[in-house]
Amino acid sequence: MRIELNGQHKELDGPATVAQLLLTLGLERAPCAVEVNAQLVRKALHPTHALAEGDRVEVVTLVGGG
Amino acid sequence: MLEAANAEYLMSTHQPTINVRTAPVAPALPPLRIGSFTLSSRLVVGTGKYRDYTTMQAAIEASGADCVTVAVRRERLVDAEGRSILDFLPLERLTILPNTAGCFTADDAVRVSRLGREILEQLGNPGAGWVKLEVLGDRTTLLPDPVGTLEACKELVKDGFTVLCYSSDDPIIAARLRDAGAASVMPAGSPIGSGRGIANPAAIRMVIDRLKLAEQGGSAEYPVIVDAGVGTASDIVHAMELGADGVLLNTGIAHAQDPVRMAHAMRLALDAGWHTARAGRIPRKLYANASSPWEGVITHIPGE
Repeated sequence: MRIELNGQHKELDGPATVAQLLLTLGLERAPCAVEVNAQLVRKALHPTHALAEGDRVEVVTLVGGG
Repeated sequence: MLEAANAEYLMSTHQPTINVRTAPVAPALPPLRIGSFTLSSRLVVGTGKYRDYTTMQAAIEASGADCVTVAVRRERLVDAEGRSILDFLPLERLTILPNTAGCFTADDAVRVSRLGREILEQLGNPGAGWVKLEVLGDRTTLLPDPVGTLEACKELVKDGFTVLCYSSDDPIIAARLRDAGAASVMPAGSPIGSGRGIANPAAIRMVIDRLKLAEQGGSAEYPVIVDAGVGTASDIVHAMELGADGVLLNTGIAHAQDPVRMAHAMRLALDAGWHTARAGRIPRKLYANASSPWEGVITHIPGE
């Protein structure tokens, strides 16, 4: 399954939830937030939100800023 | 032998005496209230552009700020070694204020606000409840898009955010943002990172009057924070003298040659400006007004 992750194409081995994607990325414990198709997916919903072909996923965190 | 004698002589007779004297401590500034948030420092500092996290940490400490701004950005998925800024911020005593820097539409600013809130909720930081809203017009000026800012402000207020609106120094849009529910309006002294200080003091004064004076429909309690453009400590004094409740800055500290020392200076400037604004400055005059009495002078005064 192909998704777009942070602006880059990414091939996933099979069906995956948001939580599984974060696990693959090693970010399961990182303070981050996830959007799928410009909609926030709250942390509580990560284990149940299934990704679909062509989904645009953003994984963001906090950085220095003014 | 002679050298030793000389040294002894100098030690015994030429030791300077310094009368160490400390001035009474100036009254403490009251906390800054913004919606349901209370900050002990009226200086809010950014966390961007530092040469390293250790310098940032020391500068935040020196600034005395208990609120710092951060931005929301993509995880750098390639860099597993990358250290997070969060490891360098004492989250237990700082309120994090996430911004929407880099947003040019109201929709994007709302998205980014929600993402920032989501992360701060996970961290258990009180900053989850608020946002520094920036909807910018373009990358060259980084000036606020007033229409987009107003639109995003309404949406975020509806969504339960305490919204601090970065704005231009225009009293009309400032009042519109306040009416739309902004908990604070933050007029720009000059463009972000420009270091030009308060480019139009009269305009900043009009924004402050519009939002804070009862006769203009304002309230003295309404917090106005001058945001952006601060290049040096006197810019902070200037903003506070004009009646601002606080100042937000980043580059002025982060890009100073000695950021930690500059952070100290900025903190002192804020206190100086606060007290100046309440001490009642003397009116400006064209000509001089002697401080020493004329009575009793023993001199010839020209023209008399």
